Amino acid sequence: MKKKDPDLLLFHAPLLRQGMTTPKAMLDVLYALLPATAASLWFFGLSALLILGSCIAGAVLAEWLFADREARSESLRDASGVLTGLLLGLTLPPGLPMWMAFLGGFVAISLGKVIWGGLGHNLFNPALLGRAFLLATFPIAMTTWVAPGGDGFASVYTSNLALPFMQAQVDAVTSATPLGMLKFDQEVTPLANLMFGKTGGSLGETSGLLLLLGGIYLWLRRDLDWRIPVSILLTVVIFCAVLSLFDATRFPTPLFSVFSGGLLLGAIYMATDPVTSPVTPRGAWIFGIGVGVLVMLIRVFGGLPEGVMYAILLMNAATPLIDRYTQPRVFGRGVDSP
Amino acid sequence: MKSLRLLRRNFEHGVHPAHHKNQTEDLPIQRVPFVRDYVMPLGQHIGVPSQPVVAAGERVLRGQLIAEPGGFVSTGLHSPVTGTVREIGDFRGVDGGFAPAIGIEADAFATQQVEAGAGTDWQSLSLESFIEAVQMAGIVGMGGAAFPAHVKLSVPDGVRIKHLLVNGAECEPYLTNDHRLMLERPEALLEGAEIVRQKLGAEETVIGIEANKPDAIEIIRQHIPPGQPVRVVPLKVKYPQGAEKMMIKSVFGKEVPAGQLPRDVEVNVNNVGTIVAIADYFLRGMPLIERVLTVAGPGVTYPANLIVPLGTPVREVVRFCGGLKGDSREIIMGGPMMGRPIASLDVPVLKGCSGVLVFTKAETSRRKEYPCIRCGRCLEACPYFLNPSRFARLARARMFDDMKAFNIFDCVECGCCTFACPSNIPIVQLIRTAKDDLTHRKESDG
Repeated sequence: MKKKDPDLLLFHAPLLRQGMTTPKAMLDVLYALLPATAASLWFFGLSALLILGSCIAGAVLAEWLFADREARSESLRDASGVLTGLLLGLTLPPGLPMWMAFLGGFVAISLGKVIWGGLGHNLFNPALLGRAFLLATFPIAMTTWVAPGGDGFASVYTSNLALPFMQAQVDAVTSATPLGMLKFDQEVTPLANLMFGKTGGSLGETSGLLLLLGGIYLWLRRDLDWRIPVSILLTVVIFCAVLSLFDATRFPTPLFSVFSGGLLLGAIYMATDPVTSPVTPRGAWIFGIGVGVLVMLIRVFGGLPEGVMYAILLMNAATPLIDRYTQPRVFGRGVDSP
Repeated sequence: MKSLRLLRRNFEHGVHPAHHKNQTEDLPIQRVPFVRDYVMPLGQHIGVPSQPVVAAGERVLRGQLIAEPGGFVSTGLHSPVTGTVREIGDFRGVDGGFAPAIGIEADAFATQQVEAGAGTDWQSLSLESFIEAVQMAGIVGMGGAAFPAHVKLSVPDGVRIKHLLVNGAECEPYLTNDHRLMLERPEALLEGAEIVRQKLGAEETVIGIEANKPDAIEIIRQHIPPGQPVRVVPLKVKYPQGAEKMMIKSVFGKEVPAGQLPRDVEVNVNNVGTIVAIADYFLRGMPLIERVLTVAGPGVTYPANLIVPLGTPVREVVRFCGGLKGDSREIIMGGPMMGRPIASLDVPVLKGCSGVLVFTKAETSRRKEYPCIRCGRCLEACPYFLNPSRFARLARARMFDDMKAFNIFDCVECGCCTFACPSNIPIVQLIRTAKDDLTHRKESDG
């Protein structure tokens, strides 16, 4: 009996692949954010859950609504919508009304991503674009901070539950952020509080150490370009060190600058968004230094206490230009012929 | 081991695929039995096809010249068996199309010994007749490219070759044919290298071997005859360490300028298989009528390293290895990173065929493609420091001319970018499409 040959396929080489896929990389970032997310639940209780959930719901709804009919379930599967929602949520104040958070998530995906052509095509970080939208639209709610560790886990700030377009007054004890206290009251927060999270601020920025932990995980998994966070943080440290040479009492210390505000969250999780940061190694350094300088210029000389969001968005805009001028030298080109 | 590690040389970028060599690296080379039908394509090297010098019905001996070079960039072709020429015509080729070839039926009663048996007094040959002899012997680059060896050895006046670099990297996963050849025939390798070195007037021979073959490194070092200027250089295990320009960078730290050849940095590179073929011809009178190849991959019942007469159908090679497993889906000629898939089992083994690899569903199921998120993994993989993600984007938009400005023709299609891409974008395929369009349009415009 003659055995039939198998129907041979003609897949083009290389047949081998490394194991990483884009959805896996997105999931890795979600895993890396787990400790900081857990910390936000610890410090702000159910409120954190409501805010983060609203953001993610808004983001995922936009993702689903604007996707091609056939690709709907697919577009949700790469987890990028959930990631954008979570990242946005972590930058929001804990007392923000849920509907605002939901709207922010929706805008982050629709104006931040879909309108540019979907994943991989946007110029600006979607989560930060969503935050910029919220800050411009609801400036008061976005800058009203409550103190962490209120009435235990089950408690919810009533402002979270405000109905749409009915601006509720925040009833909890308001508390300025460390950067706000420094800028407006010249009051310095102890470093230990900054590291472990006992400060006012947005959901995800309170615990510097947990954010660093996630960053190390991403670096070990090769999911992030280490040059970007390293260059941002180094720039901030050097900038502060130079300033403190002039007046050590007026300007923040390097460590305070690193651990306060959204710097770690931004430097590790947002500036490193591959879509909106340069692909070239030299470009990554330039991008990081640019973010670091802008952050410090806004914090020290600008009218706002915090500048991470605008710094990253501005450098996002410069990314195509940076990429163009930092292409590496092609092998065998620009070497002298013997 | 420690000193070995210190000596490992490197080039920048590249990737680290799992090397899958344990399937066959300990299996000695076996000779496959002769079969009935052989097909010798006239164009199994890069360049002009050979011209047949035999006619249908003619009786030929194993090792007898059956086609002569059709030009300078062309080689001789010899009968792999004693038998009868059945047909000179079009046969199904490796790429799926028809191509002219000589069909030979083996004589069932022949001993299949090579009659010639005697070497040449290579030392008394002039450089010109040496190069002509290599051409007539049908020797081509055995690493996979099948570029005629004599063209590589022809150095223009005024160009000096300082180093003969023998490529024993074997960086493609699965393949172990060069590894086994180095283990089993180190004398032939060193003899061949000495012939080429003396003819080129090079100062030294450098044999570059990836450090995952310490036994080959050791055995060659032991066999170096006193006084022969040979260095064995262990290289870092990294793909594509065996790409000649990468290897030159690893060993000598020199970059071959784009568009130029190794000889422009005083180096001549040859694969170990090529060097052994040269030794076999000049010392034993054996033209290129058979080669060593690896049969491996998850779809092969009994993987093996084989010495196979050229022109043997892949079907017979696979049958010798116990046949295909039930879930076999794709057969690659060459390595899994740069090899070519074949559409039929009836295509013959060619001079440039370093492996027959059989893959199953697990390696060949369609991978879902995601959008490029500009993660830069392809840039970090590309040994030429090109921007593969940009090539893919431009190729999708059919902006082929823009790709030329970004040095698309520097790409050697090594596949590192596609290997590294987490979004499963078929970057190499897109680059090939673009190159094809650019070269063909140039021809039709021309």
